[in-house]
Amino acid sequence: MSIDFIIAAFITVVGLTTPILLAGLGELVVEKSGVLNLGVEGMMLIGAVCGFALTYTYGFDYPGIAPWGGILAAAAGGALSALLFGFLVLELNSNQVATGLALAIFGTGLSSLIGQGFTGMIITPFGSIFPDALATGRYSQVIFGYSPLVYFALAMVPAVHWFLNRTRAGLILRAVGENDLSAHSIGYSVKQVRYAAIAFGGAMAGIGGAYFSMVITPMWAEKMTAGRGWIALALVVFAGWRTGRLLAGAFFFGVLMTLELYAKASGFSLVPSEVWAAMPYLMTVVALTLISRRETAGGNAPACLGKPFLPTA
Amino acid sequence: MHIKLEKRPAPSVAMMVLTPVLSVLLTTLIGVVVFDFLGVDGFGAVRDIFLTPILASYKWQDVAVKAAPLVIIALGLSVGNRAQVWNIGAEGQYIIGALFAAGVGIAAGDMGGPIVVLAMVLAGILGGALWAAVPALLKTRWDVNEILSSLMLTYVAGQVLGYLVGGPWKDPNGRNFPATAPLHDNQVLPIVFPGTTVHLGVIVALILPFAFWWLMARSMFGFQVRVVGAAPQAARHGGFDTKQTIWLALVISGAMAGLAGAFEFTGALHAINLGFPSGYGFTAIIVSFLGRLNPIGCLIAGIVLAITYVGGQVAQTTVHIPSSTAGIFQAMMLFLILASDIFIRYRIRFVTRRPQAAAVAGE
Repeated sequence: MSIDFIIAAFITVVGLTTPILLAGLGELVVEKSGVLNLGVEGMMLIGAVCGFALTYTYGFDYPGIAPWGGILAAAAGGALSALLFGFLVLELNSNQVATGLALAIFGTGLSSLIGQGFTGMIITPFGSIFPDALATGRYSQVIFGYSPLVYFALAMVPAVHWFLNRTRAGLILRAVGENDLSAHSIGYSVKQVRYAAIAFGGAMAGIGGAYFSMVITPMWAEKMTAGRGWIALALVVFAGWRTGRLLAGAFFFGVLMTLELYAKASGFSLVPSEVWAAMPYLMTVVALTLISRRETAGGNAPACLGKPFLPTA
Repeated sequence: MHIKLEKRPAPSVAMMVLTPVLSVLLTTLIGVVVFDFLGVDGFGAVRDIFLTPILASYKWQDVAVKAAPLVIIALGLSVGNRAQVWNIGAEGQYIIGALFAAGVGIAAGDMGGPIVVLAMVLAGILGGALWAAVPALLKTRWDVNEILSSLMLTYVAGQVLGYLVGGPWKDPNGRNFPATAPLHDNQVLPIVFPGTTVHLGVIVALILPFAFWWLMARSMFGFQVRVVGAAPQAARHGGFDTKQTIWLALVISGAMAGLAGAFEFTGALHAINLGFPSGYGFTAIIVSFLGRLNPIGCLIAGIVLAITYVGGQVAQTTVHIPSSTAGIFQAMMLFLILASDIFIRYRIRFVTRRPQAAAVAGE
């Protein structure tokens, strides 16, 4: 195996890791607040189409700023669609599972409709912002050759970890997820905390989706996230609701997805490419089982996950 | 004056029936506005998605064939949902059901006839039940969340399908296209009305809701499911086995999804390709809620959702919107039905701000 092959494979892994890492970090915060939002796939698609639409529309006149605006649009689109979910589950106490699924279906449909006018258009990929010498150098590209979104995703890992474990707001968020009634009774607004978490989760999913339409393919296609939203959900569970493991898990899933790609492209591998494709899901079920078995020894699943908040007063 | 929610002493039956109907109507209204806002002919889109399939009689058979899997899957899911067991992996069980049926068909070779077709359908039921038994086992043995495990297994099922139709089961005469060989004529489900596409599965989908209604409303099992779902503590004291209920709820919903998959394969499509998983398993969740977890409700809701599917294809050619936009309407219906749940348990009161002042004035 040549060194160039390894470099190329590594860059592929990073590319596949980034969107699920972004969406996974968002969902981790949502779930830590006690809410299960299954609509990640829909929010990613809305983010993908919003990011693309804005970048395409302004890319010609403002090539320098447009992609950044696109990322903001993707985050806003994801957050807004998430707040629709938030309103239903927080204000009307609707079933979180069903509402999340509805959001996934809704996002798929809405993104197709919005994206209809943009099919077949191409934008400049939102690539590395480092000088070409660094970004395309044989070895330096391993560090400098990525889209700013990759560095953003990596920076968000310690940021989210620090927020959840070292700040007061993070502590309140976890308290709301572990015991909403107690948090409520000592005066914290469960709803506000959860709204904020849901909006953050939506924004991160939206940015993760934009990675597909603005970095990987630089064009819009219906259902282009191809089920990665569901992988992101699996990832959060696989990581046992921990940020460090989320990064490791995302990279591991990225490796599996890369193996699938190579197995498909070369048409030759020890096992069929479908085995690699199924692996993230199977591993998640296994991880879920191991976590649940350890539950008595202090599992990490937030205690209020998926349950409606029903204060008596 | 402000609005106050007042808890009803008992859930409102009128609201339970009324809210799904209102949800559908409100969806069409919002649809017109939102689509117009997005620069699409909103009225045209709503007309084509909701009305054309009803008004154009040549579309009825499409609606019936699309409704059958939705109704059958939703019936099973409603049993689970009533017991608060959330099987959201029906799509995977549907896939495995179809694959089991295909396996039996392939094993039967040139043999065909009613016995073989029946064996294929039964294999489908078995396949779906087995795939759903995995989350049931994990849930009852190690308390693994069934929402997550059943969902994950859906994607595994998709890869199993991809492997089989692209590898061992690939049609040798299929120009290298990943799909199974089309079924022999003696292995397909009979067509009920000659000249149409309405197969026997559609008739089963019409009868099953009544069987399920009897099961849920009149049998001991139905009572057990309702008690476990509504009051798990009371159910334990009453001697009902929670684990048994989880098993039954998942296995029944898996079996139904497997049956739907087997019907879709042997009755409608006659071959399995990569496009076989079309989201029926997920849409059936909407059907189950829109039908208020009631078997007869599921039948009606399944037909409504099938109309939007067929209508989505109509709208694609007439007002030029992607057929997946029908998903917007389906999701909106579910959003509204979930939101309107509150009217079943609560009554809305318009309260004057100062009740004391009003009382004084009254004296």
